[in-house]
Amino acid sequence: MSKKPVVQSVEEKVYSEGGMDFLLTRQRKFVTVYLPLAVFTFILLFPFYWMTITTFKSNDDIYNYEKNSPFWVFNPTLHNIKKLLFETSYPDWLWNTFLVSVVATAISLFASVLAAYAIERLRFKGSRWIGLSIYGAYLVPPSILFIPLATMVYKLGLFDSRWALILTYPTFLIPFCTWLLMGYFKSIPFELEECALIDGATRVQILWKIVLPLAVPGLISAGIFAFTLSWNEFIYALTFISSSENKTVPVGVLTELVDGDVYHWGSLMAGALFGSLPVALLYSFFVEYYVAGMTGAVKE
Amino acid sequence: MAKSSSQSLLDRFNNSANALGLVFMLPAAAILLVFLTYPLGLGLWLGLTDTKIGRPGVFIGLENYRSLFNDSVFWLSVFNTIGYTAVASVFKFVLGLILALLLNQNIALKSFMRAIILLPWIVPTTLSAIAFWWMYDSQFSIISWVLVKAGLIDHYIDFLGDRWNARISVVVANIWRGIPFVAISLLAGLQTISPSLYEAATIDGATPWQRFRFITYPLLTPIIAIVMTFSVLFTFTDFQLIYVITRGGPVNATHLMATLSFQRAIPGGQLAEGAAIAMAMVPFLIAAILISFFGLQRRAWQQGSKD
Repeated sequence: MSKKPVVQSVEEKVYSEGGMDFLLTRQRKFVTVYLPLAVFTFILLFPFYWMTITTFKSNDDIYNYEKNSPFWVFNPTLHNIKKLLFETSYPDWLWNTFLVSVVATAISLFASVLAAYAIERLRFKGSRWIGLSIYGAYLVPPSILFIPLATMVYKLGLFDSRWALILTYPTFLIPFCTWLLMGYFKSIPFELEECALIDGATRVQILWKIVLPLAVPGLISAGIFAFTLSWNEFIYALTFISSSENKTVPVGVLTELVDGDVYHWGSLMAGALFGSLPVALLYSFFVEYYVAGMTGAVKE
Repeated sequence: MAKSSSQSLLDRFNNSANALGLVFMLPAAAILLVFLTYPLGLGLWLGLTDTKIGRPGVFIGLENYRSLFNDSVFWLSVFNTIGYTAVASVFKFVLGLILALLLNQNIALKSFMRAIILLPWIVPTTLSAIAFWWMYDSQFSIISWVLVKAGLIDHYIDFLGDRWNARISVVVANIWRGIPFVAISLLAGLQTISPSLYEAATIDGATPWQRFRFITYPLLTPIIAIVMTFSVLFTFTDFQLIYVITRGGPVNATHLMATLSFQRAIPGGQLAEGAAIAMAMVPFLIAAILISFFGLQRRAWQQGSKD
């Protein structure tokens, strides 16, 4: 500290703060930065808070705001969760969602790694156009594909089976993962591959032993993103699956937990909470990869 | 002899970018051609037939489109979709940009803040939409309860029973879900702007607004173009939020083209009509993609690269 000249430490301060906001006073910063930020955070997180506390409330407290303040759980109960786990097919839905997401992600990663490497590094004839058409494929939304896909799924005899989802989810996962991985492969220096080629390595060896180990962060980003997108998918699962035990969590919670006009809000919120937790947990471990994946996909 | 010639063939194959490229592209291309390109064509074809569930149709030309043209519910869904997309995108952009600028300040717990703000975007939309559905309940809405307690209103708001209330409610839910994506993407763009530009401007006496208008905004334009294209595209084709919160009601007031297409095709059984509605979204999507393309061109031009 004492060794550094004063001027330099001021300069460092400017850069580390990424702006001129050290000119703001403490009070002014509170009003212009922290207060609006707190409002944003409150609004963005409130639905999750509300979901969580409704889950642990007794029916008495869910429908009566006057006796106890609605913003806290006074008589916590596991009744809603118990009902969800033992009186509905919720465990089946969780298992289906997990299975479909993992298999669809694995298929998509495999296909995407090969495709991204071919487009970015093999530079075969027309690779530029293939790259652009992959980008185009990412922009085709599921809501215009689900009707023809439904007729195909029916003809292939896959209706109401997990395979219907495992085979259709890659249509939005592969374009996304390929695009993301192309960006990562681009950042690996050509010289490494050239050295390996001179030493007699084949392209497959280069991909497996040099490029993939260096692209691990990209693989993690693509993998967790693909898993999250599959977990959250709704319209295909709603259209292609009809029997209760084959449904995924988003579809099951919506279609099976509402009987007639009676909404059991306690178990509905419990279903929403436990369907959100797996991706929220995965997210909490890999935040940086999510951000890198998202911004990478946008920037490329 | 045979061995060495097969070896050299393998070698040649391994060193031929075209042959190897073809093999490497095969898995992805097969899946995308079968489950993406073919259904796109099939959807176009279905829209020109009179296919119903359980009954293969025959070619009837533009009959579906002609009947949609005279269908007031279809036009309502078109206007709803355009309005929903326009209003939600503007708010998502403005609020997302403000949030990105706030997060770009030197604040405590910056990465933690960034992490929790992305949550609405990570969690399954269907499930957070169910939470909104509960908050919009006509009898037990927590929003109404707070407003009544605060003395701002005297009776509970009928969020989903009234046409305009329902429209506003679903747009709010969509904005809520979309802000994090816009904010975090724009934040990534903001972090690439060199602080020295702001220092120079500040020394020259620029006001905060001038620094935003003449430094931040121009340098952020390319990424804004891409982020907003994605946002518009996904809002325009939105299905989940509406399906969960209103199912298109009350009296079709919140039907989007995607939900109407589903409604007609799957529960209604009119596959051909549903496919025609879905295909009617395509021109809008192409417009959005062209905007994205020119956004990218402009970005390349600004960076002085030829590629």
